Amino acid sequence: MPATYESIATQTLAVGASSITFSSIPATYTDLRLVFVCTNVSGGDQAKVTFNGVTGTSYSQTYMYSDGSIADSGSSANQPEVNIALGGTSTTIPTFYTVDVFSYAGSTNKTLLVTCNEDKNGSGLVSRAVGLFSNTAAITSVTIAKSGGTYAVGTTATLYGIKNA
Amino acid sequence: MPNTYTLIASNVLSSSAASVTFSSIPSTYTDLVLRVSVRSDRAATFDNIQIRINSDAASNYSRTLLSGDGSSESSSRGSSESRWEFAVINGNTSTSNTFGNGEYYIPNYLSTSSRPASYFGVNEDNSATAYMRANAYLYRGTAAITSMELTPQNGTNWLTGSSFYLYGIKNS
Repeated sequence: MPATYESIATQTLAVGASSITFSSIPATYTDLRLVFVCTNVSGGDQAKVTFNGVTGTSYSQTYMYSDGSIADSGSSANQPEVNIALGGTSTTIPTFYTVDVFSYAGSTNKTLLVTCNEDKNGSGLVSRAVGLFSNTAAITSVTIAKSGGTYAVGTTATLYGIKNA
Repeated sequence: MPNTYTLIASNVLSSSAASVTFSSIPSTYTDLVLRVSVRSDRAATFDNIQIRINSDAASNYSRTLLSGDGSSESSSRGSSESRWEFAVINGNTSTSNTFGNGEYYIPNYLSTSSRPASYFGVNEDNSATAYMRANAYLYRGTAAITSMELTPQNGTNWLTGSSFYLYGIKNS
């Protein structure tokens, strides 16, 4: 049976950084999965993802979330990125996100599935979102950035490639 | 490039069982994925999975839940608990031959500090009110995860046909 779920690259921060980028992503897979486990040094809470360095108004998402007392849903359109952390990451407790990118090497707009898991033993948030990257170019790079501040040492991002055959 | 998504162990029940345990989980992976298709003997349409890690019964577990039942959504939280709870699956009055399906993802299971995890599951049975649930979990134990015990939260046994699959994922 052929290998269909492979690690393309992984990065673990040895020093704090405001972003992590995977570039030169091969076009040999069908889908991508980004697994991101992070803590903050300080600064803004929002983790956000962009592709191919594109910002502008190319991103939209529809999400549902719970903060332990309120459950709600919402959407945003024509955004410069996809927010993957609707709550706030911690300086001590790691939070965990996944971003699935379907048919990333194709020539149609790219559909995303985002999970956000931020339980902090008494606070935190869980969300699930669908997103769209309205761009028909093949995805060759992914950047995970912050709205401010830096990710802490030990933050890990891994990009997996999934083949459908 | 090596295949990085590997079956570690599985258990498909040929008779009812009060619990299912994955023990001696190897330390050769980065993340764990646990996929389940299960049904408990609870006399209700739904039940929940509870998981205890490394036989640790201390108050090291917490959760934030998002739940939907087709007409409304709800939110809840549990802190400093002794297990991961409220991963929804089918109970024994749900439609025959239906099982609740879900997936846990546990990154960095070898870490010795706090570990987050996720669950996404459903108990749809084309009859009674069903639930879809997305859970964020946290485990604050201080040892690498080497075992996980799954028990019904309200029922007594997992029913025949319930299946449990544990996978390991390497990031390199």
